[in-house]
Amino acid sequence: MSEPNLTATAELIALGAPEEAPRRLPNLNRAPFEIRALKSGFLTALTWIAALLASVPLFSVIYRLAIEGGSRLDWEALTALPPSAFEQGGGFGNAIVGTLVMVGLATLISVPIGIFAAIYLAILDPDSRLAHSVRFLSKALTGFPSILAGVFVYAVLVVTMKTYSALAGGVALAVLMLPTVVLAAEQAMMMVPKKMKDAAFGIGCTRAQVIWKVVLPTGAPGILTGVMLAIAGAAGNSAPLLFTALFSGYYLTSLTEPTASLAILIFNFSGMPYDNQIELAWAASLVLVMVVLVFNILARIIGRQKH
Amino acid sequence: MASHHFDHVDRSGSVSGPPSAGDYAFDRGFRGIAWLSAAFILALVVYIVIEIGGKALPAFSEYGFGFLTSTTWNVQTGQFGILPEIWGTLYSSLLALIIGGVFGVAIAIFLTQDFLHGHLAAVFRTIIELLAAIPSVVYGLWGIYVLIPLLRPLANWLHGEFGFIPFFGTSLSGPGLGPAALVLAIMILPTVASISVDALHQVPYKVKEAAYGMGTTRWEAILKVMLPTAGSGILAALVLGFGRALGETMALAMLIGNSNQISLSLFSPANTLAALLASSFPEAGPVEVRALMYAALVLLAITLIVNAIGLAVMKFATRKFEAER
Repeated sequence: MSEPNLTATAELIALGAPEEAPRRLPNLNRAPFEIRALKSGFLTALTWIAALLASVPLFSVIYRLAIEGGSRLDWEALTALPPSAFEQGGGFGNAIVGTLVMVGLATLISVPIGIFAAIYLAILDPDSRLAHSVRFLSKALTGFPSILAGVFVYAVLVVTMKTYSALAGGVALAVLMLPTVVLAAEQAMMMVPKKMKDAAFGIGCTRAQVIWKVVLPTGAPGILTGVMLAIAGAAGNSAPLLFTALFSGYYLTSLTEPTASLAILIFNFSGMPYDNQIELAWAASLVLVMVVLVFNILARIIGRQKH
Repeated sequence: MASHHFDHVDRSGSVSGPPSAGDYAFDRGFRGIAWLSAAFILALVVYIVIEIGGKALPAFSEYGFGFLTSTTWNVQTGQFGILPEIWGTLYSSLLALIIGGVFGVAIAIFLTQDFLHGHLAAVFRTIIELLAAIPSVVYGLWGIYVLIPLLRPLANWLHGEFGFIPFFGTSLSGPGLGPAALVLAIMILPTVASISVDALHQVPYKVKEAAYGMGTTRWEAILKVMLPTAGSGILAALVLGFGRALGETMALAMLIGNSNQISLSLFSPANTLAALLASSFPEAGPVEVRALMYAALVLLAITLIVNAIGLAVMKFATRKFEAER
């Protein structure tokens, strides 16, 4: 009884009611020259142009560095002291040492504090008021103008110690590295699967043991990526060093004296009217960019191994 | 002692044991250090604000709000005002935001809307990210010796033909606002692009499928569905990019010409707050340092406000999608 009725309804749906005129299907074929398709194609072309244009500066910078900096980069440039105004030759050995020392100091200060703070944020008390405010302030600090870190350290360290110093420079860089380390380490520790932590707690570990023996080793690649990126950023950063470390024409002998750095050397030499200094500025830029890129690439390689 | 909690447990024949007193001490010490580190960051930010604010106080009480609207910076007569620097900071950052924003969002679309195959997209994303890795001074050097010579003929032609338009009111003799803003745009492009990419990735895939399913073209889907849906995230990207531009120092100090004037012209030299600090601080006497501290406080206030707005918008954007899931 119900069977034929159903078929009839299905036919009605498929063919339309017989007394109505058969409904026409819309044209579903592609219309490549319709206005809206042309508009889409036009915008696609624009996007391609924008993307290609945006990568021009990177290649232009690298090309000029290789040409201008490469021609001057030799052993003397890497080891000699900066030349004075009319002197020929010279190099920036002391600036390389100064940069390494100050970035090293900044790493020693910021990495332990950053990782411990991240442990608190990610595992110990993620929802406390302290954690929320620290998380917010760390994000706000990533957009903190680097020159203000210099102003702050000038007011706190340079004025009280009465001298520009590598120490002050290192502290200023540490302030800038801190938020990067905290946020990356927190992210890495949150990625550690919850069941690993639960398993460790289940066999009776204390919280410190869970973190020390399970979370930190498992999250290590992510944490290290953050540290590498922070180091790369600090190495290239010059604004905070302008009036904390200042500059020096000689090799570093103590942490409490003015110290040369690659970035400040480039800044000082770029404005000088002497070809020798400008060539050295290009060569120093090449060294600086290579250091920064190496740390960036290391960060990527370590980050990728995780997956 | 805490280890006595487990003393009543019968452990005969078992290799397991309760945490020793040493384990408890380690646990407490470890958590204590973690708490201290987190509190340290909080204290550090508060200290930075108090320190810069406190050092700016003498200048504030001396010059008051007139400091913000006065245009002279004269160490000899002790007259200080930062209106040209505030103008230069906002103007250069706005120009950079327009250029960097358009390119940044275009690149985010390029990377997320299936223009490239997965592997190529990753390569291109790396190129854009490396753009952010080049140090500011190197951009400054590149700007002086590559970009300015490249722009000068174009700029002077524009000035010659269209000099009546205020934007082209002067010729480009050397450093100037235009090249500085262009370099600034390059520097904030990766920030805008990567936050926008995240925003576009957050849009649920079914939203895009639904749009394509209705027969939209690729760009109808992008303009009418993807961008509005990811809108608040992209807005956050633009605000945070703007914040980055406001505080950028070295490239600007090298390219903008450090000249105390207010001009609409793209080719006239100008100055920014950060560049003023960079160029004047190292050789400043005590009176000028006080004025510079005031300028630093103004810069701090502007960037903190802009960044806080950006982070708030971003939080709002993320929440919206979390609620949907």
